[in-house]
Amino acid sequence: MAKVTYIEFDGAEHVVDVKNGLSVMEGAVKNNIPGIDADCGGACACATCHVYVDAAWKDKTGTPSAMEESMLDFAENVEPNSRLSCQIKVSDELDGLVVRMPESQH
Amino acid sequence: MTETGAGVVIVGAGHAGGSAAAFLRQYGYQGPIAIVGDEPVAPYQRPPLSKAWLKGEADAESLMLRPLTFYAEQNIALILDVKVTALDRAARTLRLSDGRSLPYDNLILATGSRARPLPVPGADLKGVLYLRSAADAEELKAALGPGKRLAVVGGGYIGLEAAASARALGAEAVVLEREGRILARVAGGVLPKFFQAYHEARGVKFELGVTIEGFEGKDGHVSGVRLADGRVIPCDEALLGVGIIRNSELAQSAGLECNDGIVVDIRARTADPAIFAIGDVTHRPLPLYERMVGLESVANALEQAKQAAADIVGRPEPAHEVTWNWSDQYDIKLQMAGIPFDSDDLLVRGDPAAAKFAVFHLKGDVIRAVEAVNAPAEFMAARQLIGSQRPIDRAKLADTMVSMKEVAAG
Repeated sequence: MAKVTYIEFDGAEHVVDVKNGLSVMEGAVKNNIPGIDADCGGACACATCHVYVDAAWKDKTGTPSAMEESMLDFAENVEPNSRLSCQIKVSDELDGLVVRMPESQH
Repeated sequence: MTETGAGVVIVGAGHAGGSAAAFLRQYGYQGPIAIVGDEPVAPYQRPPLSKAWLKGEADAESLMLRPLTFYAEQNIALILDVKVTALDRAARTLRLSDGRSLPYDNLILATGSRARPLPVPGADLKGVLYLRSAADAEELKAALGPGKRLAVVGGGYIGLEAAASARALGAEAVVLEREGRILARVAGGVLPKFFQAYHEARGVKFELGVTIEGFEGKDGHVSGVRLADGRVIPCDEALLGVGIIRNSELAQSAGLECNDGIVVDIRARTADPAIFAIGDVTHRPLPLYERMVGLESVANALEQAKQAAADIVGRPEPAHEVTWNWSDQYDIKLQMAGIPFDSDDLLVRGDPAAAKFAVFHLKGDVIRAVEAVNAPAEFMAARQLIGSQRPIDRAKLADTMVSMKEVAAG
C-alpha cells in the first residue's frame, strides 16, 4: 500500500491509498481522480495517462521501457520526468509518491 | 428543448454508455443520469476479454470501467439486468423489461453490437462459443487449458487474440478462415503473412479458404467442425469470431434512420433532437475520409461519448480524432490508426522478420492509415500525420535510420 498524491493541472490535490500491484493509472481511475484518461485501459497503447513524476521519486519509479519511451516521445508537453502512469506499478517503496497531470491527455 | 427533469437516459452499459455518463458529469451536467444495461454488471472494458484477462493476467475488478462508488458519488443510476423493450419518441419514454417506464429529456443509445452467429447445423451445441461479454469470456477461459483443442472460426483480431491466449493457457488452437488469408479486412498481405507465421511458430494451425458446413457433436457438446471439403477438424471447444451485428433494432423500431447502424452526425445526433447514438451501434461520418462508416473500437466509443455529452451540455464540438485501435498477441503489440480508404500504395518501414515494423497506407505522400507492430513511435507519429494530412518524404519514411520525429517534422 502506498499513499499517492495526484495533482491536477489546476493544482487540485488528491491524496489516496493505492494497493500494491496496481498501477499509478489504476489508482487514479479507481479513486475517480480526473486528469488521467487511460483510453486503452493500461495496455500502453494510447499515451493518455501521461503524468509528471516529482523529482524526488524519479529513481524509485524506475526507467520507462523502450515502448513507453517511444509513446511518450509523441505525447504533448513531454518533460524529462514524464511517464505513462499505467506503466508505474505501486509498491510500499512508492509510499508518498507525488505525480502531476498535464493540461490535457489528447 | 423542453426539460422535464427526467434528465439523460443512456441505453447500453458498455464502454460508450459508461463513458458518456462520466463525461456528462465531468462537463458539469447536473440533471439526473440513468444507465440501462442488459448485463447484470456495471460498465466494464471488453478489450482485455480476449487479451490479458483471458490469459489470466487481469482480474474482474481491473476490468471495471469505473469503480461502483463512482456511480453513487456521481449520482448516476445503474439499472442493470434490464432490457429496453420499446422506445416511445412522442412521449419521450422507454419501456423496460421489468415493466417500468422511464422518461427522458435526452436519450443516448449505446446499445453496441453482438457477435454474428454462423447459421449452420450444430451452431447451438454446447461448447460453440462467442467472445463478446464477460460471461462469454468466463465460459471460454474455463474451457481452455492443457490438452484442450480450440477451433477458432474466423481469422480476425478476436480469433487471433483468442488463439494466442489459448496457447498461453496450454491449449491447442486451429484457426479456420473462409478467405485465402487471415485478417482479410486488412489491406495488403504483409501484416496477415507476418501474423500467420508468428502464430504458426507458436503452434497455432491454420486452415485457410475453408467453408464451415456445420458442427459435429457428442452428447450435446461440440466435438468437431465439419468443412465443405468433407474433413472434420476435431475440437473440444469452438469460438466463433466472424463479425458483428449492430444492435440498432430499438432505434429502427422507433423510426430512427438506420443503415447498418444508427445514422448520426458528427455530434452523435440522430434526426430526433432528443436522441443521440454512440459507439459500435452507429453509422457515423468520418470527416477525414469524407465517408460514413461503422467503427468498433474503444476510441470510437470514447470520441462519440464526448460528442454527445458536449452537445447535451452546450459545449463546442470536440476536436475530430484519428480513429485507432490495438491488438495484443503473445509479446506483439499491434497499434493501428486511420483507415486505408483511397490509399494507393503501401510502404513498409522496419523488418517483419525482427517483429518490429510498420505498414503505412499512403495516398500520394499523405499517410491514410498505419499498422505498427512493436513500433510505437511509428504509430504515434502516424496518428498525428494522418490527422494533419501533411505529406511526408517517402524515402525518409522507409529509412529506419531516420527517426519518426524527423519524418514527422518533414
